[in-house]
Amino acid sequence: MAGLYFWIFAVIAVVASLAVVGQKNPMYSVLLLITSFGALSGLYILLNAPFVAAIQIIIYAGAIMVLFLFVVMLLNVPTEDPVQGYHVKLLGGAGPRHFGAVLSVVLVGELIFVLSRLRLAPMPETSGPMTSVYQIGLKLYREYAFAFEATSVLILLAMVGAVILARKES
Amino acid sequence: MIPEATLNHYLALSAILFSIGTAGVFLRRNLITILLSVEVMLNAVNLTFVAVDRYLGSVDGQIIVFFVMTVAAAEAAVGLAIVIALFRHKDTLNPDAFTNLKW
Repeated sequence: MAGLYFWIFAVIAVVASLAVVGQKNPMYSVLLLITSFGALSGLYILLNAPFVAAIQIIIYAGAIMVLFLFVVMLLNVPTEDPVQGYHVKLLGGAGPRHFGAVLSVVLVGELIFVLSRLRLAPMPETSGPMTSVYQIGLKLYREYAFAFEATSVLILLAMVGAVILARKES
Repeated sequence: MIPEATLNHYLALSAILFSIGTAGVFLRRNLITILLSVEVMLNAVNLTFVAVDRYLGSVDGQIIVFFVMTVAAAEAAVGLAIVIALFRHKDTLNPDAFTNLKW
């Protein structure tokens, strides 16, 4: 049964992500990305990680994507500039983009090569319950306490930086 | 009956999502969509962390995912602020329009 759920969520995630990249209107892109995050959250549940599944919905879909939605609505640019001049070819264009398209293809080739050589055992059976928030909290506030505190400084810096960058010059 | 998904399945799915995100970053001409593609890539990496975590039976990967999400939030806030500042400046979201630093 879990195998079926995996395929359902995987197909939703891949189709939604493809649509995110293929959409002209950023508004639809954001909403499709939220769909993709919902599917990924289901996959995290299948992987015995309910904490990650919860923060995926709460932080990613709830906070970060709403921030994106605000900016999309604020700027109100529902279309993309049409391709012009030497950009008309699908994978052509200016030097960096051409190079980037080639690099993407190389990346896909590498990933297929590596994955086809992997010989891993199936997931070990878990006898116990799912990973609890208790276990994660213990590790987070003991082993990773310094990284946790550093993250708070990072968030503060990002907040101040965002306010200063987006402020109207007077 | 569909067999249970193995670690390879999750890694392959993660690789597909990461490639989609990379292609989006390189091929799109809209700054907001490029930022969204970066989010797709970050999520692909998160999926790898959680899947390997389940395979090894540890919780460290889930803590890394927590940190990746905070960094993603910071990146989105600063990135969108820069997008707003750029849009005020040039009235477009096309990255090809911002070439002042190009010699």
